[in-house]
Amino acid sequence: MEQEYEYVLSMQNITKIYKDGFVANKNIDFSVRKGDIHGLVGENGAGKSTLMKVLFGQEPPETGKIFFKGQEVSIGSPLAALKLGIGMVHQHFMLVPSLTVAENMVFGMEPTKGGIFNYKEAVRLTEEVARKYGLPIDPNMKIRDLYVGQKQRVEILKMLLRNVEVLILDEPTAVLTPQETEELFVQLVKLKEQGYTIIFISHKLNEIKQICDRLTVLRDGCSIQTVDVDSVTEQDISQMMVGRNAVNSIVKTPPKPGNVKLRVERLNYFNSFGKQVLKNVSFRVRSGEILGVAGIEGNGQREISEMISGIDSIQSGEILVNGDSVKGKSVREIREMGVAHISEDRMTYGAAAEASIEQNLISDRFYKKEYQHGQILNKKVIQSRAKELIQSFTIKCDGGEAPVKTLSGGNIQKVVAAREFSQAPHHVMVANQPTRGIDVGASELIREKLIALRDAGSAVLLISADMGELREVSDSLIVLCNGRIVAYFETLDQLSENELGEYMLGLKEQTPEEIARCCK
Amino acid sequence: MNKTKKIEALFFVIRDICAIGIALLISLALIFAVSQDGWGAFRLFILGPLQTVSRMGYIVEKMIPLMFTGVGVCLMVRCGQMNMSSEGAFYLGGVACAAAAIYLPLPAGVHPLVCMIFAGVVGALACSVTAVLHTKFHALTIVTSLMMNYICLYIGQYFINHPMWDVASGYQASYKYTESALLPRLFSRTNIHAGLFFAIAVVIFGHILLEKSTFGYRIKMVGTNPRFAKYSGINVTATIIICELIGGFLAGFGGAVEQLGMYKRFEYSGLSGHGFDGVMIAVIAGNNPKYIPLAALFLAYVRVGAEAMARMSDVPPELVSIVQSVVIMLVVAEKFLAGWKHRVIAKESMKDLALTEVK
Amino acid sequence: MESVLGYIFSVEFIVAILRMSTPLILCSMGVLLVRNSGVVCIAFESMMLAAALGGVLGSAYSQNLVVGLLCGIAMSVVFAMLFGFFVLVLKANNMLVSLALNTLGSGGTVFILFAFTGDRGSSTSLQSLQFPVINIPVIEDIPILGSILSGHNLLTYVAILSVPVVYIILMKTPLGLRIRAVGENENAAESLGTSAMKTRFIALFIAGIFAGLAGMYMSMAYVVAFTRDMIAGRGFIAIAAQNLGGFMPVPTFIWALVFGASNAIANAFQAIQMPPEFLQMFPYVATVVGLLLVGMNINHQEKKKTQEIEKKSRLADAAHGGNG
Repeated sequence: MEQEYEYVLSMQNITKIYKDGFVANKNIDFSVRKGDIHGLVGENGAGKSTLMKVLFGQEPPETGKIFFKGQEVSIGSPLAALKLGIGMVHQHFMLVPSLTVAENMVFGMEPTKGGIFNYKEAVRLTEEVARKYGLPIDPNMKIRDLYVGQKQRVEILKMLLRNVEVLILDEPTAVLTPQETEELFVQLVKLKEQGYTIIFISHKLNEIKQICDRLTVLRDGCSIQTVDVDSVTEQDISQMMVGRNAVNSIVKTPPKPGNVKLRVERLNYFNSFGKQVLKNVSFRVRSGEILGVAGIEGNGQREISEMISGIDSIQSGEILVNGDSVKGKSVREIREMGVAHISEDRMTYGAAAEASIEQNLISDRFYKKEYQHGQILNKKVIQSRAKELIQSFTIKCDGGEAPVKTLSGGNIQKVVAAREFSQAPHHVMVANQPTRGIDVGASELIREKLIALRDAGSAVLLISADMGELREVSDSLIVLCNGRIVAYFETLDQLSENELGEYMLGLKEQTPEEIARCCK
Repeated sequence: MNKTKKIEALFFVIRDICAIGIALLISLALIFAVSQDGWGAFRLFILGPLQTVSRMGYIVEKMIPLMFTGVGVCLMVRCGQMNMSSEGAFYLGGVACAAAAIYLPLPAGVHPLVCMIFAGVVGALACSVTAVLHTKFHALTIVTSLMMNYICLYIGQYFINHPMWDVASGYQASYKYTESALLPRLFSRTNIHAGLFFAIAVVIFGHILLEKSTFGYRIKMVGTNPRFAKYSGINVTATIIICELIGGFLAGFGGAVEQLGMYKRFEYSGLSGHGFDGVMIAVIAGNNPKYIPLAALFLAYVRVGAEAMARMSDVPPELVSIVQSVVIMLVVAEKFLAGWKHRVIAKESMKDLALTEVK
Repeated sequence: MESVLGYIFSVEFIVAILRMSTPLILCSMGVLLVRNSGVVCIAFESMMLAAALGGVLGSAYSQNLVVGLLCGIAMSVVFAMLFGFFVLVLKANNMLVSLALNTLGSGGTVFILFAFTGDRGSSTSLQSLQFPVINIPVIEDIPILGSILSGHNLLTYVAILSVPVVYIILMKTPLGLRIRAVGENENAAESLGTSAMKTRFIALFIAGIFAGLAGMYMSMAYVVAFTRDMIAGRGFIAIAAQNLGGFMPVPTFIWALVFGASNAIANAFQAIQMPPEFLQMFPYVATVVGLLLVGMNINHQEKKKTQEIEKKSRLADAAHGGNG
């Protein structure tokens, strides 16, 4: 008995509070029509992923109801969601690398023959569903040998094999090349034509405009509006996402570039799988200058920052700080040359979660004379310095002895920043995604401090995936694509976001002469 | 100190007490299962250690070696290393000490010190094998260190059973130690010896090293997040190796103190268990050297009680290992009483919230 | 020395290797299953010890080998489940729980032994049973080959068979697929409704059975009695065998054989005037040396790879230099 319903899926009044008290979703209403590709947009931390985790049974909500095909349902686990017909493709793939495509496909519903896993049947099932939806894949390949786009395809097929009707895609294009993205969009349209409903999470407006029918904007855990895509412009969506006029709130004087402090020459880098991640990358950063590095994640940004800071060793090429090579030097020696480094992964490299704020603030300098009496740490100095830093970075905490794990993400990042900004001597700052995933207030503070650091004469290398941030903070900009520098902009006044996007996606490239200006 | 920290400190105490309580209940049940006179045996087990002066002295005597291995294990665990070699280091340290005590002609005063330092160096060497295999050759610390314990045992036994064997003793034991090497007794009617001062010194040393010193800071950073330590410019490998050398040194040193304080000749027939006991009390003490004496007191007390009970009733002393393992498992079980802790912390933060809103 | 060499090339030596390896093979297969599910457990020493006692007591009081077998397996499975409960459910540190369980096994078995026999050293006062020796008809009459293939204890055959059995479980059954998936990417398995905890409990359960057989081999075949701490580190050596063999049954089996052989060689050297302590030490030294060799090999491979990558990188640099 088919019931009448307007929305195939409807979430009402969803509130989700995490254990640490963070309110990720506030009374969110979210409804999706059957057969739509429905965009879910918002900035980092707006609550998109949380809402979808609630829908997929991974996080229990505090309040709220979920209706599926007009019936109220309770979704306690991913399995329950799958049984209802709701599938999700996560940003981090849920695949087992050492198993084959077919084994991953049938996982949890393995066909057997006499108690033994029937691999042939698994291959047949995989081929069948691949053919049916026109998404070809080799069932016998191991997952670890696949390209990212292919892995994503396996994830989608996995869901289709389980007869889902609603497919959630969590930032599916973040990891794809432009070609793969195009291919994915063709596939999604095909699925839509076959009656599937797709929820498409993204913060890339051009993609939303290109593929979605309707969209819902989230901001700070609230649902702002749900509209037809055709009725709004990208500017409208952007305004809804940010909630204020996106004018430059940061006051910035023109840069006064001085000597070259950081010089990177002809870096080539191969990762452990033998893939070339950096191709002949050269640039320089002068004192009193912020050089932005734009590019889709995974285009060599991490490798550059880790080689400058000494975590990874240089394979070929040269990195000079104030004219001295960092080759063969330890992390401590490089730090003593005046290089500070905000790592993109604050919980792995940036901070020790179990340790106190004070302990986190001295990790790079505890051995210096001013911090010890003989071999004993000078608690007074450590405490007073910590107090100063906590104040000047407005770290919200219960004193310097509080463990870092008790802080919010933004405040943890402030701890990391406080340490890296206060390193002495300070010549070069490598800031890799310094504001990713943290609240607006903390982001703005860190951006202001970056500019202040520049004005004090440091050379700043700002690696970011946030175009707005790059345009707001950087003085000049290089664009990385597939491990190469494809563009250099001496000033950003003339640069539009669209143009920048084209360079990032590899659709456009400057001439070698234009690019070479970044080494002068 | 902030509120959450206070609650966690309180929780730490309550959890240990609960674990010990449950373990005692289980031991009560076991005693009744095997004994004719359950209550009598249980009373001996619980109150026995306090009934005579010599038994009370016995508690302190048993605490002394445990404090050495306990502090050593604390250091290694705080550095993130599950190195079990303390067991072998303690044993081999004892053998090394025996050799020095038998063969070196030194004046009193200097002699025991030389024995102890020699034993400490041997203990450090025993632990270093594991440290190097782990940091340089990817070997699983726990497996290598357990293998090393057996290797230490048989190396030690070789020396005791062959070159150092005193045939006249009538059993497998070494020659008698020179008088000048022995540690003096402190009190009449007990065997408490001057090793107590060394044990106390080691606890203080451990506390200062870990909580106050620069190297202790390195240990803690490497233990809590090695990648963060590396990113900050700390030499992770060197920190781990030095830390394990110190741990081994303390174990070997403790082995020597035990020999010179309690024995006239080396007469262990196998591993003594002090190293594993060190792991146990380190766990109970939350890997915090300043609580090691308390944890050692607990273990020594239970041991003395069990031995009194075994001598005077029909319950075997192995009951202790059952008590011990139950305590350890409950103490390390994160979820044990965790619900209670969260409720208290949540309640406190709600109160805070209400207070700030009123303001 | 000649007599030693003579022994090493004799049939008796091969038989001795199998005899010494049987408990290591059985136990390492259990270790392997648990390891594949992503859990590091070093409580196998206690599982073996508990089973060794359980089998002796069960068979002595029932005078029935099957009852003894079941008692032994039940004992080791109880230890495996205790490990699972504390580590998987109560989220306790796996190493410390293992250590505590090993202490419990060592003291608890003596406690139980005392409760039953009044003896704290061994079970010699009990009439316990042993697993039979199997003589394979026809094959046993073939010269040399006969004495290699036939005439072993039942559990030795079981140990040999356990290798293909574990291989099939791991590689050919849905359960094995789940065990491996849970071990490699827990979230992936959970996202498709496979409970990581349940899968790991099953792996521990099966491992308990293998460890139980290994333990009973010690007290009901190798010797016919239980003595305190009779496992003497074999549980740890089995872990080392798995550690060296990686995640696959056959390499693990080979390392178990190597360690068994080192035991047998130690016995062979008894013929010459070698201090017995060194002989007893031999298997443990062999394990450490094994760990060292494998580590050196890993280092060598890594160094080679780094050199290759650096060479590639320099070539890439040269190519660009040529263009520019």
